[in-house]
Amino acid sequence: MAIDNETLVRMYRTMLTIRRFDERASQEVRNGAVPGLVHPYIGQEAVATGVCTNLEKGDRIVSNHRGHGHLIAKGADVRRMMAEIFGKKTGYCKGKGGSMHIADFGIGILGANGIVGAGLPIATGAALAAKLDGKGKIAVVFFGDGACQEGEFQESMNLASIWRLPLLFACENNMYGVNTVYSYAIAGGDLVKRASAYDMPTVAVDGNDVVAVREAAKVAVDRVRAGQGPYFIEFKTYRWSGHFVPDAIPDLRPQDEIEDWKKRCPIVCFERKLLEDGIVNRQDLQKIEKQVMDLIEEAVAYARESPLPAPEDALADVYSA
Amino acid sequence: MKEIAYARAAAEAIQEEFRRNNKLVYLATDIQPELRGEFGEDRVRVTPISESAFVGTAIGLAGSGYRSIADLRMATFGFVAMDQMVNQAAKITYMFGGQTHFPMLIRMSFGAGMHWAAQHSISPYAMYMNVPGLKIILPSTPYDIKGLLKAALRDNNPVISFEHSLLAPVIGDVPEEDYILPFGRADIKREGTDVTVVALSRMVHESLAVAEEVAKEGISVEVVDPRTLVPLDRETIRNSVAKTGRLVVVDEACQTCSAASEIVSLIVEDDRVFNRLKAPPKRVCGLDIPIPYSPPMERYALPSREKIGAAIRQVINS
Repeated sequence: MAIDNETLVRMYRTMLTIRRFDERASQEVRNGAVPGLVHPYIGQEAVATGVCTNLEKGDRIVSNHRGHGHLIAKGADVRRMMAEIFGKKTGYCKGKGGSMHIADFGIGILGANGIVGAGLPIATGAALAAKLDGKGKIAVVFFGDGACQEGEFQESMNLASIWRLPLLFACENNMYGVNTVYSYAIAGGDLVKRASAYDMPTVAVDGNDVVAVREAAKVAVDRVRAGQGPYFIEFKTYRWSGHFVPDAIPDLRPQDEIEDWKKRCPIVCFERKLLEDGIVNRQDLQKIEKQVMDLIEEAVAYARESPLPAPEDALADVYSA
Repeated sequence: MKEIAYARAAAEAIQEEFRRNNKLVYLATDIQPELRGEFGEDRVRVTPISESAFVGTAIGLAGSGYRSIADLRMATFGFVAMDQMVNQAAKITYMFGGQTHFPMLIRMSFGAGMHWAAQHSISPYAMYMNVPGLKIILPSTPYDIKGLLKAALRDNNPVISFEHSLLAPVIGDVPEEDYILPFGRADIKREGTDVTVVALSRMVHESLAVAEEVAKEGISVEVVDPRTLVPLDRETIRNSVAKTGRLVVVDEACQTCSAASEIVSLIVEDDRVFNRLKAPPKRVCGLDIPIPYSPPMERYALPSREKIGAAIRQVINS
């Protein structure tokens, strides 16, 4: 691999942080500490990680309801994320948003969006801002196979293309919108083919191979940054959990399909590779596991100990000054 | 002072703010030749017919250090971008805990009486009043539209400007010097003592014409123009009705759940003003029907000077 060891280990750590964060967040929903829902990113860690390792400070991302992975990969503070999910005043959005609306504008995270497809036009605007700024920055929008069904996807792809905007369309095809398989819902059953109607480069990548994700995203990001217009990548991946936690909607996907994809765990596969190539040994991995678990524990403690907002805090922030 | 048309006053407001702020960007499906000529293609952009995409683009721009204008042309086309306006623009400041602001203006022309039929005729501002997080301006004169648009283009929030299609050629006095008008400050367009007529947009002109007529019958009408629906100047409206004891609201939108309903409510639920009422408040609104094409039917669907006059006489004689 042409990637330096430090980057490889960092990517591993990021994926593990995402995995442990969403496992813990799911647990905290089930035990009643989290008032609402979370949409776990478990199984898809390689996509957010591999894409975001190519980004610079000043690049912006727009995320979606299944967004914890994107936020962590872009550098969000897991304590403030957990506090937000717990509905605490110290959360990123002062408890006003919850899991689906976490944002950190200071580091270019223009928010997770709870409406399927709605982040695409907003990301188009962020990309236009980057183009007008003229400083070589880009925008990335994360969305799924579900969003490819929405009108806003078609419109945003078209607009970004005709204006040659610096926007990377990072499509995570985890095959399902809730329980609807994408081959049913997408005419032609091929997302790359659909995307190629919008006059931009397109490619499909194994979304569970973090190195492949990084390399493909690097090609795209370099082109986009050089002002050559938008780029579409389909990352083929799978989510391990049902649509959200708590499991109010039953998971109707075939059990053997789920098991099959779990065998292709992006983290376990990458671990194997790192060990084989002598980048890390078992002790290193154990150390990282412990550090990640400590960090998650710290995040949960922070969330638990933080105060809830006062009821009248609901009145603030409707308008900016 | 100079005399210019409403549409010209709007164009001037935008041009002046474009000169003042080089991070202002215009998005519209139609080319804006004058603006584009002066400020270039980067800042004055022609969009495909993709309302969701370009309203969303306006939001993304606004949240990334720019100020944007999304020109939806007709209010009826606006519904195509409802998610971006209602789920995104209105809520984005709040749900992100006030992390940043989104300075953007959405322009929509509205109204009926142009014989443009159902899908090109509507007055939907009450729907947007019911969505917290948006500001709404409803200017009725060249002076008001120039001052309010300039204020909108300095406000750090999503603002919707509803501009009646029939007002475009209406001439009025506009100062030569730079000025802005505050939001939430109603304008008493005509002072009076017997009845308060609160009128919206083009209905201001109709109400002023009727006020002249009924003055000959000895009825003194006060015409109040709220100018902005969000924020709404409740105090001026209440003070006027406390003074006159009578309220007629003239709003061309469909009657049910109209802005007129809100104005009546804010009077009736206020103890001080309710106790001064000499008659039940009356609304003169559009009928609860889609706008028909053929002129006799269209006229029937809308407020008229006759209907306004009848309402005034009704509250006087009550």
